[in-house]
Amino acid sequence: MLSIKNLYAKVDGKEILKGLNLEVGPGEVHAIMGPNGSGKSTLASIIAGRDNFEITSGQVLFEGKDLLEMSPEVRACEGIFLAFQYPVEIPGVANIYFLKSALNAVRKYQGLSELDAIDFLTLAKEKMKLLDMDKKLIDRAVNQGFSGGEKKRNEIFQMAVLEPKLSILDEIDSGLDIDALRIVSQGVNSVRSAKRSMIVITHYQRLLNYIVPDKVHVLSNGKIIRSGGKELAFELEQKGYARV
Amino acid sequence: MTSKNTNLKQFTDQEYKYGFSIDIDADAAPKGLNEEIIRFISHKKKEPEFLLNFRLKAFKHWQTMIEPTWAFVKYPKIDFQDIIYYSAPKPKKQLKSLDEVDPELRAMFDKLGINLDEQKRISGVAVDAVVDSVSVATTYKKKLAEVGVIFCSFSEAVQNHPELVQKYLGTVVPYGDNFYSALNSAVFSDGSFCFIPKGVRCPMELSTYFRINAAETGQFERTLIVAEESSYVSYLEGCTAPQRDKNQLHAAVVEIVALDNAHVKYSTVQNWYPGDKQGRGGIYNFVTKRGNCRGKNSKISWTQVETGSAITWKYPSVFLTGDNSVGEFYSVALTNNYQQADTGTKMIHIGKNTKSTIISKGISAGRGQNTYRGLVKVLKNASDSRNYSQCDSLLIGDKCGAHTVPYLEVKNKSAQIEHEASTSKISEDQIFYCRQRGLSQEDAVSMIVNGFCKDVFQNLPMEFAVEAQKLLGVSLEGSVG
Repeated sequence: MLSIKNLYAKVDGKEILKGLNLEVGPGEVHAIMGPNGSGKSTLASIIAGRDNFEITSGQVLFEGKDLLEMSPEVRACEGIFLAFQYPVEIPGVANIYFLKSALNAVRKYQGLSELDAIDFLTLAKEKMKLLDMDKKLIDRAVNQGFSGGEKKRNEIFQMAVLEPKLSILDEIDSGLDIDALRIVSQGVNSVRSAKRSMIVITHYQRLLNYIVPDKVHVLSNGKIIRSGGKELAFELEQKGYARV
Repeated sequence: MTSKNTNLKQFTDQEYKYGFSIDIDADAAPKGLNEEIIRFISHKKKEPEFLLNFRLKAFKHWQTMIEPTWAFVKYPKIDFQDIIYYSAPKPKKQLKSLDEVDPELRAMFDKLGINLDEQKRISGVAVDAVVDSVSVATTYKKKLAEVGVIFCSFSEAVQNHPELVQKYLGTVVPYGDNFYSALNSAVFSDGSFCFIPKGVRCPMELSTYFRINAAETGQFERTLIVAEESSYVSYLEGCTAPQRDKNQLHAAVVEIVALDNAHVKYSTVQNWYPGDKQGRGGIYNFVTKRGNCRGKNSKISWTQVETGSAITWKYPSVFLTGDNSVGEFYSVALTNNYQQADTGTKMIHIGKNTKSTIISKGISAGRGQNTYRGLVKVLKNASDSRNYSQCDSLLIGDKCGAHTVPYLEVKNKSAQIEHEASTSKISEDQIFYCRQRGLSQEDAVSMIVNGFCKDVFQNLPMEFAVEAQKLLGVSLEGSVG
């Protein structure tokens, strides 16, 4: 599904990714762990299409297509979703209106009919139940005045509605208490299927108790230095990154 | 410019959509301004004595005045002798019905999306269309007359209802009020007149559509709205002009009178030609708009969406004379490229227990400069009056400017005044967030800006709100960088 080959990228002239390779197959969940500044969030941003990076060499293919040639919105319409570490606020734009516009933009691209208000609301309500979300949140402005936990829940709610093929969860566990972590993880797991893949970026093994990965990679200094099964995460938790 | 901003720069450029002009045979005065020209205009319009005198007094006073320079706008000095003060599309003959409107004029309005055919209009809005200086058509007159509403061109009102014109003209905006109101009082050529009698709720929205067509012509229209006791009217105003390299002057005066328990809602979507990307051409929009809540419990609401004009200088105001009267001002002002706007309101609390609300949203893009200037004045006897002001500015890019200049004069201790202000920027993060969810860059900017303006748009009549949203989207294209 996603194939990254020998990727090099710079931010403001500084090399962040230095020959990264990653293969994610359909239905697989990959966890990427690593110390601060290792390039985890950069990787997420590059896949999603943020343009404040300079890609110096390498290739990123998504279902065989060259991802680096696509605009962020085309990538989204092709089925790539990024759950942001810090979701932004958009004052005055109702959450529900935002999501409906997004879903219909994606559906239109995929040649599907747009959902009307009633069908959309039915879908949204069903997904909100999964995430135990306060109904009031969908009428409020996008992320405005949301608590940290509510913002993360809202990201996963959007993911559940958009049903992307590849989701990248960028530190979805940061700032969540234990209960919220469980609920958010449930939401994520409900989207898992044999066709949908995920890249879960985290610092902590704890999240992986809830979202059990097929593979774990250690990213350090712009490269994947070790890959393994879920047990690798436990090892990291015990030894720390320095000793791996 | 960092690479971070390049993606914002990719907005495609869209030209001003209403920039065409049409060859219409026009009857015009020679350039320049003097007593002769004023007599010529008055004579052309077969005006009664009182009106000619009003004009002449205004002209004499205007000659003693100097142009105001306090606004935060820059432009070369205007040569008032280099302007044509009267230009009327030449009628082939006296019009008896709408069917006789010049086909070219009709085609022009069709192009603007305004249909002058009554039977074809389903929106149920009565329209008065003013081209250059003269009203060319007013629809739905008969239906309005059945309930006693007078809605016609100003010139017709002068002929058919001179007593009403004489009673109210200049009572809200005296001719000597300011430089441009004096100029307008001297040379105004047409506009709309609207009278809602006691107890009548106007059955449809009234709308005036202003269009400047001829070159080197100033447009000076005069609108007078009188709402008698316990009446209600919602009035809409739209404006466009052709693209020309020279600046054109537009100096209108709007007066509103609301008697006891009357409510007037006045909405404007102003889309005069803003000039090109280098700042050449465009309309100078120097307008005086004022309402007087003369009666008890009366209410006047101004809602404006200002996206056009090279320069906007405009402060729709309310004099809250009657006890318990209410004044409202909701404004969205957008400046892109080299546009400049100095706009705001004045709320003058005179009666007891009067209330005013000001919500202003300024959007600056390109090299646009946007100033909110507002005065809240509470006089000695205006006990228990209240004001709430909120002024928000949104910046797009780093070459534009936003300024807020609130003036407060409070002479009564029981008054409660609140003022909130904020300045924010559309961030690259917000746009990226929207795009990551599948929305195009244009849709993202448009959605963010519309969200910013939500508090104002919800005060516009339905179809106007839709138009305003689209207009904002179009006006912003090519702006981001």
